[in-house]
Amino acid sequence: MQRGYLRDAIGNWFHRRAKPQAARNTSREFWALRNVDLEVPHGEVLGVIGRNGAGKTTLLKILSRITRPTSGSAIVRGRIGSLLEVGTGFHPELTGRENTFLSGAILGMGRREIARKFGEIVAFAEIEKFIDMPVKHYSSGMFVRLAFAVAAHLEPDILLVDEVLAVGDIAFQRKCLGKMGDVSRTGRTILFVSHNMGAIGQLCQRCLLLHDGRVTDDGPPSRVIGEYLKACAVGNGSDAKNWDRTGSGRARIVSIEIMDGECQPCSTISMGREMRLRIAGEAEHADLEFSLAVQFVSAAGVPVLYLYDQFRNFRPGTGNRFLIELRIPNLLLMPGLYYLHVWIGRAGMEHYDYVKNAVSFDVIQGDEIPITMPMTQELGLVYRPLEAEQLL
Amino acid sequence: MATAAPKPFPARQAITFIAPRGGYFQMDFRELWLYRELLYFLVWRDVKVRYKQTVIGAAWAILQPFLTMVVFTLFFGRLARIPSGGLPYPIFYYSALLPWIYFSTALQTATNTMVDHQNVITKVYFPRLFLPLSAVVSGLVDFCVSFLFLIAMIVYYRIHPGPAVLLLPLFVLLEILTALGAGLWLSGLNALYRDVRYVMPFLIQFWLFASPVAYPSSLVPQRWRWLYGLNPMVGVIEGFRWSLTGHGQAPGKMMLLSAAVVVVILVSGVIYFQKIEGTIADFV
Repeated sequence: MQRGYLRDAIGNWFHRRAKPQAARNTSREFWALRNVDLEVPHGEVLGVIGRNGAGKTTLLKILSRITRPTSGSAIVRGRIGSLLEVGTGFHPELTGRENTFLSGAILGMGRREIARKFGEIVAFAEIEKFIDMPVKHYSSGMFVRLAFAVAAHLEPDILLVDEVLAVGDIAFQRKCLGKMGDVSRTGRTILFVSHNMGAIGQLCQRCLLLHDGRVTDDGPPSRVIGEYLKACAVGNGSDAKNWDRTGSGRARIVSIEIMDGECQPCSTISMGREMRLRIAGEAEHADLEFSLAVQFVSAAGVPVLYLYDQFRNFRPGTGNRFLIELRIPNLLLMPGLYYLHVWIGRAGMEHYDYVKNAVSFDVIQGDEIPITMPMTQELGLVYRPLEAEQLL
Repeated sequence: MATAAPKPFPARQAITFIAPRGGYFQMDFRELWLYRELLYFLVWRDVKVRYKQTVIGAAWAILQPFLTMVVFTLFFGRLARIPSGGLPYPIFYYSALLPWIYFSTALQTATNTMVDHQNVITKVYFPRLFLPLSAVVSGLVDFCVSFLFLIAMIVYYRIHPGPAVLLLPLFVLLEILTALGAGLWLSGLNALYRDVRYVMPFLIQFWLFASPVAYPSSLVPQRWRWLYGLNPMVGVIEGFRWSLTGHGQAPGKMMLLSAAVVVVILVSGVIYFQKIEGTIADFV
């Protein structure tokens, strides 16, 4: 939902007066969450998974009281803290010390409580020397460290974590996960929304699968994650209608298909297997030359792989259409969910079409690589087999 | 992973009940009390940031009404010869500009407060009421600073306020409540509709001319007084001037009317604000 204009609201009001029935039926109902009934016992770590738009974030927003439900209720016992985004309420003009108190108060801590934890927070953030400097002079790393330190010292009874919203570098993401592990060991309740199946499997005792606002599965993480990946395989989100695209549109991507080495469409690729991408589209006219770039982005938003050749130009074929197949003979990305951004255009001149998060696919650890222990993105995002020779 | 045995469930623990809004008026006073320190920090931040950012700092709180007073004295006083009832023009204008500038600043800050804090509103829960409330409260610091200058002027012009000065806090309270009531309405509307921002300068200007700042309310014809009194700032400004200088009209029926209007604006403002605050995070 978005902010509207008062003039439209007034216009609609008059309109509605004139035609009472017609106008009211035009707004289609949409329920972000429906019939969700669950109980989370004290001390449980519950993972919540599902596609974008399944209602995961809405669930956390309702539980953290950021937004009120239209119907239904929830009973929460204990203080809620959230790691939805750090630096909430920081003001650039104020010093680190002042911001610690301000942000702490916004997160729900009292003045005495913050004063008591102040030393600990500053030590955790490692910014003792700069604590009385306005945060506008901080480096982004210092800023995030202080902001996280404040949020992490809230000591909530229930912690809500939305990894999708957590910004920051991989080190920060890891700090989030590490903190969650610590919190869970002290017997607190955690609700963890994530696209990172590895982290869900590792941290959670129970997992919830949401689909279109409903709970479609609830149980041990291994089973629910399997269910989810199966559901993903049916349609991997390459619905061109909902693409987030920019560009002049003189050439347009129409479909993107992920296939395995046998040209079978799929949405999961085993590490080390061949991956093919088929990109189809149409152009304004047959002489429109363009080049193509594909970017692989991890579920945490980290760009991992970039495929591009500035001097490799394509031209539309018959009917001004084109179909291009890309091959990656052995995909060595670590297990996890990846998104593809696809770009067509003329380097430095014009973007014809740029589709973000066009398709997603999962990399799983198959038996192609000579490793039996579970591989995670914690180890690295890209894998290479060890090529070594003993010289001594 | 080695997980320690869960702690036994703490006996005393806050229970939060999350449900759709029911009823028109459900202010949770206990919660407001629990969060009282947040109000303190929000006000403290507003004041601190304002006095840090402007080079002249506190002087600005005096300069703004002072310079406006000079302009009003020259144009409305010396040139247009608006009757001030024998009161020297500078003090006639300054004593009205003081409550007016507080009111218009507080109203504008309160109106923008929900939009300015959208990144906080969408990330964490706290009583949203504190945002417009802190804007209205933090304006009082400037008000107090410029009030000191008014005292200096009263001494300079040898004005002897009578016992009526004891009523002054009442007028100040009335204007705080007016700013809060209107601020609650406008901050909510501004969060929902983006063109409210463009209406504000016009609204403030209109409101200024509809209040006895540049002229005494005695200029308004008797038969229109009731309509004029519907503007709560009429009672506030006229009362403010009267209680300090003894000039102008003593608060009478018009004052009661203004006070009644303030109650209506404030109560409806609270109801409206509570209606939208639960889902405001989805809109801003």
